[in-house]
Amino acid sequence: MGKVKANAGPLARRPDNSAFKQQRLPAWSPMLTAQTVLPFFYGMATVCVLLGVWLLVTVQNTHELKVDYTHAGSCDKCFEKRKDRANANQSCNCTVVFNIENTFKGDVFFYYGLINFHQNLRQYMDSRDDGQMIGRNKNLKNPSSYCEPFMKDKNGLPIAPCGAVANSMFNDSFTLVYHSAASRQVVPLFRKGITWYTDKNVKFRNPQVENKTLTLAQVFEGTGQPLYWQKPVYDLDPWDRNNNGFINEDLIVWMREAAFPNFKKLYGVLNRAIEPFTEGLPAGNYSVDISYNFPVEYFQGRKEVVLSTVSWFGGQNNFLPIAYLVTGCLILLLAVILTAVWWKFAL
Amino acid sequence: MNVRVGDIIKLENNHFVAADILLLSSSEPYGLCYIETAELDGETNLKVRQALTVTSDLGADVAKLADFNGEVICEPPNNKLDKFTGTLYWRDNKYPLDNEKMLLRGCVLRNTDWCFGMVIFAGLQTKLMQNCGRTKFKRTSIDKLMNTLVLWIFGFLVCMGVILAIGNTIWEQKVGRTFSVYLLWDEPIRNNNVVFSGFLTFWSYIIILNTMVPISLYVSVEVIRLGHSYFINWDRKMYYIQKDTPAEARTTTLNEELGQVEFIFSDKTGTLTQNIMVFNKCSINGKSYGDVYDEFGHKRTDCVDFSFNPLSDRKFKFHDSSLVEAIKMEEPSVQEFFRLLSLCHTVMPEEKNEGDLVYQAQSPDEGALVTAARNFGFVFRSRTPETVTLYEMGIAVNYQLLAILDFNNVRKRMSVIVRNPAGHIKLYCKGADTIIFDRLDPHSQQAFAGEGLRTLALAYKDLDENVLEEWMKRLLNASTVIENREEGLADLYEEIETGLMLLGATAVEDKLQEGVPETIACLTLANIKIWVLTGDKLETAMNIGYSCNMLRDDMNEVFIISGHSVSEPELEQVLLETACLCKTVICCRVTPMQKAQVVELVKTNKMAVTLAIGDGANDVSMIKTAHIGVGISGQEGMQAVLASDYSFAQFRYLQRLLLVHGRWSYFRMCNFLFYFFYKNFAFTLVHFWFGFFCGFSAQTVYDQWFITLFNIVYTSLPVLAMGLFDQDVNEANSHRYPSLYRPGQLNLLFNKRQFFLCTLQGMGTSFLLFFIPYGAFCLVVRDDGSHISDQQAFAVIISTSLVIVVSVQIGLDTYYWTAVNHVFVWGSLAVYFAILFAMHSDGLFSILPSHFPFIGTARNCLTQKSVWLVIMLTTVACVMPGLAVRFLKTDLYPTLTDKWALCQEAVRLGWVVFRRTSPLLSPYGSCSDETRL
Repeated sequence: MGKVKANAGPLARRPDNSAFKQQRLPAWSPMLTAQTVLPFFYGMATVCVLLGVWLLVTVQNTHELKVDYTHAGSCDKCFEKRKDRANANQSCNCTVVFNIENTFKGDVFFYYGLINFHQNLRQYMDSRDDGQMIGRNKNLKNPSSYCEPFMKDKNGLPIAPCGAVANSMFNDSFTLVYHSAASRQVVPLFRKGITWYTDKNVKFRNPQVENKTLTLAQVFEGTGQPLYWQKPVYDLDPWDRNNNGFINEDLIVWMREAAFPNFKKLYGVLNRAIEPFTEGLPAGNYSVDISYNFPVEYFQGRKEVVLSTVSWFGGQNNFLPIAYLVTGCLILLLAVILTAVWWKFAL
Repeated sequence: MNVRVGDIIKLENNHFVAADILLLSSSEPYGLCYIETAELDGETNLKVRQALTVTSDLGADVAKLADFNGEVICEPPNNKLDKFTGTLYWRDNKYPLDNEKMLLRGCVLRNTDWCFGMVIFAGLQTKLMQNCGRTKFKRTSIDKLMNTLVLWIFGFLVCMGVILAIGNTIWEQKVGRTFSVYLLWDEPIRNNNVVFSGFLTFWSYIIILNTMVPISLYVSVEVIRLGHSYFINWDRKMYYIQKDTPAEARTTTLNEELGQVEFIFSDKTGTLTQNIMVFNKCSINGKSYGDVYDEFGHKRTDCVDFSFNPLSDRKFKFHDSSLVEAIKMEEPSVQEFFRLLSLCHTVMPEEKNEGDLVYQAQSPDEGALVTAARNFGFVFRSRTPETVTLYEMGIAVNYQLLAILDFNNVRKRMSVIVRNPAGHIKLYCKGADTIIFDRLDPHSQQAFAGEGLRTLALAYKDLDENVLEEWMKRLLNASTVIENREEGLADLYEEIETGLMLLGATAVEDKLQEGVPETIACLTLANIKIWVLTGDKLETAMNIGYSCNMLRDDMNEVFIISGHSVSEPELEQVLLETACLCKTVICCRVTPMQKAQVVELVKTNKMAVTLAIGDGANDVSMIKTAHIGVGISGQEGMQAVLASDYSFAQFRYLQRLLLVHGRWSYFRMCNFLFYFFYKNFAFTLVHFWFGFFCGFSAQTVYDQWFITLFNIVYTSLPVLAMGLFDQDVNEANSHRYPSLYRPGQLNLLFNKRQFFLCTLQGMGTSFLLFFIPYGAFCLVVRDDGSHISDQQAFAVIISTSLVIVVSVQIGLDTYYWTAVNHVFVWGSLAVYFAILFAMHSDGLFSILPSHFPFIGTARNCLTQKSVWLVIMLTTVACVMPGLAVRFLKTDLYPTLTDKWALCQEAVRLGWVVFRRTSPLLSPYGSCSDETRL
């Protein structure tokens, strides 16, 4: 049709008769009629309510236990001790005890939680150098200026890892102990495999050197440790040499900044190969031995340990099922109102 | 180009004139020179320019030209293409200069081998350039509203900034200082200077929240308007096949206002009528010729045979042979009548072969009259600036042309003063009948108006040699004055055009255009008031009014006013109020200026959108004054079209322009704006809510890349497709139910209230978008126990929810899903996920780690069932309320549009139309159905 236009005849300027140009493109025009809208509303309401019920049932089968140890039990003395910054280098150990009434079945996850700690401040979040953490030698010795004032230590050495995020790394450590009738047994925890695969294998790498025989300490030679750290980065895990440097999993977990001031971060996963933990955490008395290092009193923060099991949609989460139920009910209410209105006015 | 003022330059045939130059000499006799002014005013007929006799003697003698040392004093540069006043001082003489001696930049030299001229204005001072960009800038009411809203949004932005800055000050005071052990920088803030911190936060938030007023809004609006303009240009139903003229949107900024027009001001001649002038009646010395019915009441069907005249025009038809008899009898008054017609005009003849005459006339009625004279044996053969050659019944007669007293809209007449071979001097005058009658000797007057004919009266006067000589001197004097030359000349003309003897009158018929009555009826049903403004006399205007259905005998609210009455300023309000009470308003005998004043009056007092439609130069001022100017590209040159915003060939296309294109444009633009503001509020305000959790530290919720791409990539195309292609009611129904036009006139679809609603919806959406994921994710962990409550995961979840929610919303807002809409909506979603995964890929991170820190987040989040549960919940919660409100609205308070759209759907699905009995919902019928509504 459009070809006719090519020659300059008497109709040379006649527009093409194409569906596009004449605005006659075939189209589908859905209408909001009662026949479509009302069933849709009822359908959505049903789906939401059913999902909500299902999620609620699922959540009921998960367990979660929180123990706030900020100044619970013997930790009170440590709390007082950490108030004074002069004691920063003195270690302080304490223990909290708690009881599990029902067995935690399945995989059990051990978290530490922080309340009122703002990992989401803009200046804080920016204060890191991903180039350094991916193991670039250039950045190792010459970190990004975003890390200021945690870029160089007082000797002028570049800090590795630099920045406020790494500097404020959570450094309490925990030992979970199960007190059965007979004995006192340390609960075995996997301290590795607690990060995202991509973080552990792509985002965080130790500096690459040509000489493979160098130890990690030699690789990091010429860098300083973060100001608030007690150990250098290549010595974070004294038990596992491969869990040191930038790929230390506690560091990686910490470096994934929480979105909100109250958060929990994974510390370990129950090793279910060992009796009596093959089924999960049995009911009974437990205690946590804490190496209490991280000061929270400055910002009125609190610390806790969290034990939790998970379901197919993640850890214990009452919000989602309830939100689904509420939404479903509201839609049902709307649907009823719409039906009533339609019945009364339109018919 | 190095052309400067004062240079003398040579131009050759078919060359563009490079500057405004004074013609000095040319290759043609008498220093004549022909130009085409199509680039300037669109008129394609040749125009003649003539050099002063003294300068044309310079010829092509370069040495003499180089010695030319005349001095020109003239008006300052201006944009009037048809006026020039100046004086040449040379060799102690002064010579008047006018537009007839000027070649303006942009003209093309034709039929002239060469000419020489002196540059008067060059570069930006030329009339062409002075005309550029000087036209009044028209903007639509939506435009103005949009600007206001953008200001409001800016105010809102500042408020948000202030709230967040205060929040930051308080937070720093209460919490931030205790947290300082981890944030050692910013010494001023650490020194308790929390107010300074608040100040910095304010500016940070201004930057973060500025996406509420995106630049892409303006870009998209312009793109949509451009698209609508193309749809107008492409519309086959507005293409006039006889003239090969498509409709043309000459501006791209006014389209949506076409859907809001309340007043149409229409010219009559050439707009409602065809302006193809047919000479079909005349009255000579009291005797009338040309009636289609002879004295026995029989209709004359046979045409007069003009074979006695070898130079006659074959296409000319006349039905009364008695006039030919009279001319063959050599009746003096009849001869004088046709002599006048062949002498008194400004037509240019073109004779390519012997006897093959073509007339180049600036106005069609002039052409019709000269052609009539030609057929009756008074053939206008050729003209020079000083002579006119006629073939009177086959014999060549040379008349000396002494003066031409031009036609203009104020004088409404033109005269020539000629000396015939016998030496007698005569003034021939032709003009509007009322004007001529005022200047007659007390004499018998025969008027024939009626039947929609344009009447011109013809008169002559014998002049005395001495009187003329004295008058010519004064004319020369007056025409060398620079200031007030026009007035001086008009007075002189007035003086000599008195005491005329009436010869007769001619009637030129102007037929009504096709479809005019139907169009007017339909537009009236759309509640558009149509006022006819015409320069014609009352009777003619009323006849046209009757024939196009604007006047009917059963009407009693008709307002017809004559131009002489429309002058008193204090009566303007009375006029307006009276006129608005009436169904039909016809203003006759109005000057072009008055046309514009009437438009201005309505425009300023009624706050309504006005549209002026016309075809001639006399409509230009009204076209420029009205909100929308429409030009009919017809017979009377191109000036109206050039001044207009839209142009097409036939009046009846106006219905389609307004009811289909205008209505759609308005509907689309309103929906577009509603959605666009909603989308950006939903997008941006999430930062506001997050501020309360991140210590008001201006941390963004989203990835920087997402912020950059959201408006230009992820959500721009679907809304653009909606803005371009959406149709609520199809074109056939838009025509059939003109009352669908009403919402536009009442400005219902997008106003401040609608803006408030879409803002509210946007805020609600942003609230849900933030707090549902917040509720779900501040606690949640992955199904493998590792956490996903980190900021990056949160960003991905919210941005994904946002993109899905706004895509679903655009789906609900789209009434007309073409393939393009599908491609854009689904494509945008696909592109979002593609880019998301690309940005979070290992490769990009390993190249630029600091720019792509979100590595792996998409993979780790979007594989989680809980994430999708949250996204689904968010989508449902954001969309369902809007859907319910929309359904309630269409069900409880259906607009006309909803009803007809429903009907249209019912018909399409082939349902037996339910409620057939209700007059409201019968989808069949024509415009007249509408009266029942």
